[in-house]
Amino acid sequence: MVDITAAKPFYSVLILAFACSALVAGAAVGLRPIQEANRQLDRQKNILYAAGLYNENTPVDELFTGIETRVIELASGKFVDEETINPSNYNQRKAAFTSDLGTAIEKDIDTAGISRKEKYSLVYLVKKDGKLSEVVLPVRGKGLWSTMYAYVAIDSDLNTIRGVSFYEHGETPGLGGEVENRSWQERWQGKQIYKDETVALKLVKGSPDKSSPEAAYQIDGLSGATITSRGVSGLLEFWFGDHGFKPFLQQLQAQKEKDNTNG
Amino acid sequence: MAETKIELLTLSVFKRNPIALLILGICSSLAVTGQMATALVMTICVTLVTAFSSLTISIVRFQIPNTVRIGIQIMVAATLVILVDQILKAYVFDLSKQLSIYVGLIITNCIVMGRAEGFAMSNPPIASFLDGIGNGLGYGFILMTVSFIRELLGSGSVFGYEILKLASNGGWYIRNGFLVLPASAFFLIALIIWTIRTLDPQQQEKD
Repeated sequence: MVDITAAKPFYSVLILAFACSALVAGAAVGLRPIQEANRQLDRQKNILYAAGLYNENTPVDELFTGIETRVIELASGKFVDEETINPSNYNQRKAAFTSDLGTAIEKDIDTAGISRKEKYSLVYLVKKDGKLSEVVLPVRGKGLWSTMYAYVAIDSDLNTIRGVSFYEHGETPGLGGEVENRSWQERWQGKQIYKDETVALKLVKGSPDKSSPEAAYQIDGLSGATITSRGVSGLLEFWFGDHGFKPFLQQLQAQKEKDNTNG
Repeated sequence: MAETKIELLTLSVFKRNPIALLILGICSSLAVTGQMATALVMTICVTLVTAFSSLTISIVRFQIPNTVRIGIQIMVAATLVILVDQILKAYVFDLSKQLSIYVGLIITNCIVMGRAEGFAMSNPPIASFLDGIGNGLGYGFILMTVSFIRELLGSGSVFGYEILKLASNGGWYIRNGFLVLPASAFFLIALIIWTIRTLDPQQQEKD
């Protein structure tokens, strides 16, 4: 070993720290465009999955052509035109943490546990033969360890779930992590969100009793993951409530009724 | 060291397997052995990280002050782990989503540190590199064995291909729910250790 003066450890560590941080920073910056593209593709895949349109053999871009991406104002539920906010480069997650595009959520209404929300949200409209067939909405909420991100697809009746896809979370694999289990997600199909204008849909312990009229509003809870299940119920309550997408869904409903009377 | 290069590579697979003999790296072998594909990727990542961290440590081993050597080893290993994580995110996104936190946890995999401290600090670079690869292979051998049993009997498939048709998909095979859970790997690893030590009594510990 070389002779050890008092300062030597500091120099070695410093030099190494610089070399390591240069490497890490280089990799992070250099690979970011590819990673971002992957993330984008993954999100699109999950939107398609929630809408029930995903097909392994068809490229995602091609499937995505039938989906219209729009920006809405959450408070009023109205569409925002592309000149104001361009949906292709609007970063919803970042927006929630800015002072002009995001707001804090009061504690007593924050059932999703996310503390801040964005003023504008992306929505995905699935059209079939020119008519709206599904709406896919991005939702998120706190589970046990992490914020869980999901897309929920709703039928054009604006009340029935057509599909769901949790695509990012940090819950315990095998327990709360089962939110990404496709066969559990399939059980969401056909469930109803609103009962008498309030959000009734939630996760229950075990399996819902099929004979009870409440079963349409109940989804199987995740066994061994009470807090994650509670988080999923909480995020549904928040995002489909007055502070989430309810104003938007009401606007769509009004629009639909107008179209029907005109046509 | 009297060992030849070939021995450096092969001895760690059976004779002094890091999991079976040294009981290192148990944590990740429980977590990622549910499916063979994730186990394989994990093996490759751990092998690369171990090999290159041993190589780096060995190259600079005379420059490392004894007082801060553990910190430096961790820093080298952590840098490599982040690089692996970034590369996975860029090129095999789906797998990186599945492995998620486990890639980050390679840094806590005792094999990486164990080989850096136990071998690379006192051996030349090439030998250290080979030792790293060898230990990665040894780790991989156990991981693949465990994940083969767990995936076949727990999910009815091998590398994602259905072998035994599951009852839940309309087949005949009722899956073994226990093998789906990470804790089952404890029993499998114990059985493997038992087998290895029976075949090679030298590895048995004397009371």
